[in-house]
Amino acid sequence: MTDLQEEIKKMEKYDADVLVVGAGGAGLRAAIEASNANTKVIVVTKSLLGKAHTVMAEGGAAAALGMKDERDNWKVHFRDTMRGGKLHGNWKMAEIHAKQAPQRILELEKWGAVFDRTTDGKINQRNFGGHKYPRLAHVGDRTGLEMIRALQDHVVHEDNVEVLMETTITHLIKKENRVIGAVGYRRDSGNLVLVRAKAIILGTGGIGKAYKITSNSWEYTGDGHSLAFNVGADIIDMEFVQFHPTGMVYPSSVKGILVTEGVRGEGGILRNSEGERFMFRYIPKMFEGEYATTEEEAKRWLADNNSGRRPPELLTRDVVAKAILSEVKAGRGSTHGGAYLDIASQRSPEYIKQKLPSMYHQFKTLAGLDITKEPMEVGPTTHYIMGGIRVHPETQSTTVSGLYAAGEVSAGLHGANRLGGNSLSDLLVFGALAGEHARNYSNTISKYEEIDNSILEPIVNELLEPFKGEKTENPYLLHRELQHIMGDFVGIIRNEKDLTDGIEQINKLIEKSKSAGAKQGRKYNPSWHQALDLKSMLITSLLLAHAALARKESRGGHTRDDFPETNKELTQILYVLQKDENDGIKIHEEKMEDLPDELHQIIQGGDN
Amino acid sequence: MKDEKFQIKLNVQIGESLDNLKTETYSVDVDKKMVVLDAVHELQATQLPELAVRWNCKAGKCGSCSAEVNGKPKLMCMSKLSDYNLKEPISIRPMKTFPLIKDLVTDVSWNYEVNKRIKPYNHPNSSEYITMQQIDVDRVQEFRKCIECFLCQNVCHILRDHDLKDKFVGPRFLLRLASLNMHPLDTENRLGDIKDEFGLGYCNITKCCTEVCPEIIPITDEAIIPLKERVVDEFYDPIKWFLRKLFPKK
Ligand SMILES: Cc1cc2nc3c(=O)[nH]c(=O)nc-3n(C[C@H](O)[C@H](O)[C@H](O)COP(=O)(O)OP(=O)(O)OC[C@H]3O[C@@H](n4cnc5c(N)ncnc54)[C@H](O)[C@@H]3O)c2cc1C
Ligand code: SF4
Ligand code: SF4
Ligand code: FES
Repeated sequence: MTDLQEEIKKMEKYDADVLVVGAGGAGLRAAIEASNANTKVIVVTKSLLGKAHTVMAEGGAAAALGMKDERDNWKVHFRDTMRGGKLHGNWKMAEIHAKQAPQRILELEKWGAVFDRTTDGKINQRNFGGHKYPRLAHVGDRTGLEMIRALQDHVVHEDNVEVLMETTITHLIKKENRVIGAVGYRRDSGNLVLVRAKAIILGTGGIGKAYKITSNSWEYTGDGHSLAFNVGADIIDMEFVQFHPTGMVYPSSVKGILVTEGVRGEGGILRNSEGERFMFRYIPKMFEGEYATTEEEAKRWLADNNSGRRPPELLTRDVVAKAILSEVKAGRGSTHGGAYLDIASQRSPEYIKQKLPSMYHQFKTLAGLDITKEPMEVGPTTHYIMGGIRVHPETQSTTVSGLYAAGEVSAGLHGANRLGGNSLSDLLVFGALAGEHARNYSNTISKYEEIDNSILEPIVNELLEPFKGEKTENPYLLHRELQHIMGDFVGIIRNEKDLTDGIEQINKLIEKSKSAGAKQGRKYNPSWHQALDLKSMLITSLLLAHAALARKESRGGHTRDDFPETNKELTQILYVLQKDENDGIKIHEEKMEDLPDELHQIIQGGDN
Repeated sequence: MKDEKFQIKLNVQIGESLDNLKTETYSVDVDKKMVVLDAVHELQATQLPELAVRWNCKAGKCGSCSAEVNGKPKLMCMSKLSDYNLKEPISIRPMKTFPLIKDLVTDVSWNYEVNKRIKPYNHPNSSEYITMQQIDVDRVQEFRKCIECFLCQNVCHILRDHDLKDKFVGPRFLLRLASLNMHPLDTENRLGDIKDEFGLGYCNITKCCTEVCPEIIPITDEAIIPLKERVVDEFYDPIKWFLRKLFPKK
């Protein structure tokens, strides 16, 4: 037996009707829905259960429950989502999301989640950027923790769900146009894993680790994007990256860590170095007439949420992020190159500590700053990717049979810019749909496919490649190189020259990364993990840069200084990325389906 | 504006099994605003790529990066270097109570097994929306701030020194049980389990758990002691005892 055959024999082998890759909100909600007496589900996650990105979410989950403000309903939520996405979102997904989010939140409460309450004992809802009414169900500023814990505690009591913690999937296996299994490794033992599956759901989250300044954790290496791309699925909207306007800018070791939009939702205001509340100057045409134009009006709104219009700090994230950048560029930035975010002058210390406890704690510990007394310094940070795997709006199926996707890794709902709070509800709504449809699909498949050595040998070989003696590049330093390229050439403000150079540089780095080496030893060896994660990051970064080059306009999370205007002609244009015959990237344009009249009217209408 | 770099020394416990452990001293470049986890990452990126360390959020929200820093149980991502005497090496070791996997990473899977044994929340059957007042959920919410860092489990002497993991679930899960018990709508009764299977009686209120909790949850005073009182009321109250004899629960 050759070494490779020996390795294949030693692989841990599992069978699952439905394999769920990812244990964030999307993955867990999908697993709960997919499993039943006849459907065995395996969930794999790169970290421990309950530690996925979802746990970090702060501000809340958007759902038109109408518990805080009865005027809210699905139509207003739909309208806000579509307009926030600069009309580029998938309207069918936006409709499903707006209609189903309330029941998904109520269901969470029945599973033990305890949201903050209104004075009459219902779920309290908070204001957030781009949402017309207070809409975010929340728990202080730790909503994600509440959500993931409720899901986690529910999923561990499902009989037919098995969770493989600290396990990374690196390859999907396809037969004809259908996925039949997956390969990966376990961190603790270093063992290789083979899962045969009838259906697979990807809920792997985002890509933020390709950037240096990011609110995202090490897990966000675009694995799901590259897994899907590699088996031939369509990838769309990759040019749309959300740079959150308020990341920490100081001290440098925490640069990028998120400052929740909840600070502005609770009344926080933005000032430049001259003390000016500058957002009044940045209200875009599309939102004219909907935001307060004076400090006095904004103040009235803060007092009762009703008289006066919302303050311009609550404009959508793309708008606020660009406004801060412009202020810095004009020489009016804060000491460390951001803007001042001030809640101390707006709310009492008790209120701030009750509503924003983890922000209080975070600044106190990491920056030595008391947010009840002083303003924070904030600036844009890479936060979320709107683009990803193309899915069917009602089933979450991808263009590869048996492969489903939900959560941040999928694309469509948020269009060119996501509204805060719409991700957590997205996970629940589309996680559940993906679970349901993947289960149905798996029931139509009668047996597991054999996966023979000829398929596994090249995969196992690739996985163990970093251990070969001649591999000498340090994967951590290669990662830093990629982060610099992405920041410098594929950052917030883009143009043709930078993007072209960026693509060239990424391609060079891909060549160099073929020599990424790991230290010996398979057991919990991060140098090996890093070398493998790097591959996903490189592919995803390349997809992103190609899409950014293709879209010759500025819209939402995609800004080109050579095409600064939004081009109406491109509203419904998708840039679809696919793998070509030589494993390269091919890209084509597609026009999205037209909006039905009644939805069109909802978007056009002033009030509902 | 850049913070100035300087060198500090880290004493890190390296190794996979108890018989080949060693503590090595490394010099790493840091700046004064960094946290311990930053220093460990710098070490990993530049000198020791295979160093095993667990982390996710780097903002004190996920509870992954637990370790013993200068002998104290800490989240490495929330431990500022400036709080330490940097003239001396900082010692970094894995949590002692759980089996070692490698370097700074331990096997905490036992905790997840315990959680499975706790009966889940049970919502009342009702077609109407049931309201809850904020004041009635304040305490439950405080308990639910737990980020499962397992530092309290790590210091509790019943688990750490006496290794009674088969008899006692530890402060983290007494906290979870208390959060269920005090939920205004939950309909499940777990007091029997809490007394017998989960070993509430082993806790002798040393409060070590509360002292290390990074979420500053008053585990002992607000969760464990009230649970003990409820158990006493339920099982050692003579009237209840008599009623139980008359009407035994199924
Ligand atoms: C700091 C912060 C605050 C936020 N606040 C909010 C908010 O208030 N409201 C809101 O709506 N949104 C918020 N967001 C966004 C939102 O939290 C995320 O978009 C969302 O949680 C993503 O969920 P997910 O289920 O798609 O992925 P995640 O929760 O990230 O889970 C991904 C899972 O996939 C696993 N995984 C990844 N790759 C692999 C692989 N190769 N093999 C095996 N497993 C893999 C990971 O281990 C993880 O378990 C916030 C984001 C951040 C970073
Ligand atoms: S108070 Fe009880 S649970 Fe907490 S450390 Fe002491 S003995 Fe353990
Ligand atoms: S109770 Fe505190 S110390 Fe214990 S696991 Fe939870 S957060 Fe950590
Ligand atoms: S890395 Fe999340 S708590 Fe330290």
